[in-house]
Amino acid sequence: MAKIIVITSGKGGVGKTTTSASLAMGLAQKGKRTVVIDFDVGLRNLDLIMGCERRVVYDFVNVINNEASLSQALIRDKRCDLLYVLPASQTRDKDALTKEGVARVLEELSANYDFVICDSPAGIEHGATMAMYFADDAVVVTNPEVSSVRDSDRMLGILSSKSRRAEMNEEPIREFLLLTRYDPARVQNGEMLSVDDVQEILALKLLGIIPESKAVLTASNSGTPVILDRESDAGQAYSDMVARYLGDEVPHRFLHTEKKGFLSRLFGG
Amino acid sequence: MGLLDYFRATQPIPGSATVAKERLQILVAHDRAARGCPSYLPQLQTEILAVIRKYIDIDMNAVTVSYEQSDAHEVLELNIILPDSPTPLR
Repeated sequence: MAKIIVITSGKGGVGKTTTSASLAMGLAQKGKRTVVIDFDVGLRNLDLIMGCERRVVYDFVNVINNEASLSQALIRDKRCDLLYVLPASQTRDKDALTKEGVARVLEELSANYDFVICDSPAGIEHGATMAMYFADDAVVVTNPEVSSVRDSDRMLGILSSKSRRAEMNEEPIREFLLLTRYDPARVQNGEMLSVDDVQEILALKLLGIIPESKAVLTASNSGTPVILDRESDAGQAYSDMVARYLGDEVPHRFLHTEKKGFLSRLFGG
Repeated sequence: MGLLDYFRATQPIPGSATVAKERLQILVAHDRAARGCPSYLPQLQTEILAVIRKYIDIDMNAVTVSYEQSDAHEVLELNIILPDSPTPLR
């Protein structure tokens, strides 16, 4: 049985797809059979971030409508044998994802994979509800910023009331916080909410802190999950996150600004 | 902050994160209180208010409806503040 993980946030642009791509790649590199599904029907982007956009033939909705088999639609990652991508379709029909269809696909995947990662679209509408409905675990991606934190809190309410586990009265979804676009310098200046501030409000288990990093854009430019950029702070932070998710005790990094030398201190460089 | 920053014209407003946190705490508490309430609550409140106003002149904000959920039961609490000397309308 695969573990189903939803990457969610409510607010858009906080880093859900970046996180989905890196978590999936990280798990696969640790030897886990992993598939990552794009639930953003109509606005697919995961294939771009994964760098497989030119290999998309069939998509998630084709599989749901029985127009293609799962093995036809799944794209094997060229960098890691254990990783597969199931792209979203570009159809404008929002209701293309039926609950029965999604259930069937997830069940089929569940038999052959260790982890199924559901990349949720922004918002709280149909696509987002479908992405989280069958989840076992949820990673709530949040920026240290008021609207993102508020939306995350709303998402937590939905996770605990509208999911399959909630409706069936089963053990609730395990919820994790991933703080992204964190800027320690601005936190130090009192211009940005700190990890502790966000934790005080959301009270979730902290899975990781991803620093604001130029490497994220560079990685998306070339269609490489940023976790593969091992030199970068964001890449390392994502690696830590994956290890932590798998149960390792890894201390949080990138929480403080690097110590500055005398000259840069003097000139504020 | 560099020494020269002290002489620069634009200084960041210190402590805007504190304001953000305070606003969020209030907002989130409010959101959470509203969560799980039946969606008919606001309408119920306006209709009850309309009925009472047929008889007594009360303030629009004088009625509060709250809803609490415990394990075994649900409580719908209705709180109406009547004016000190009620002026009957009929």
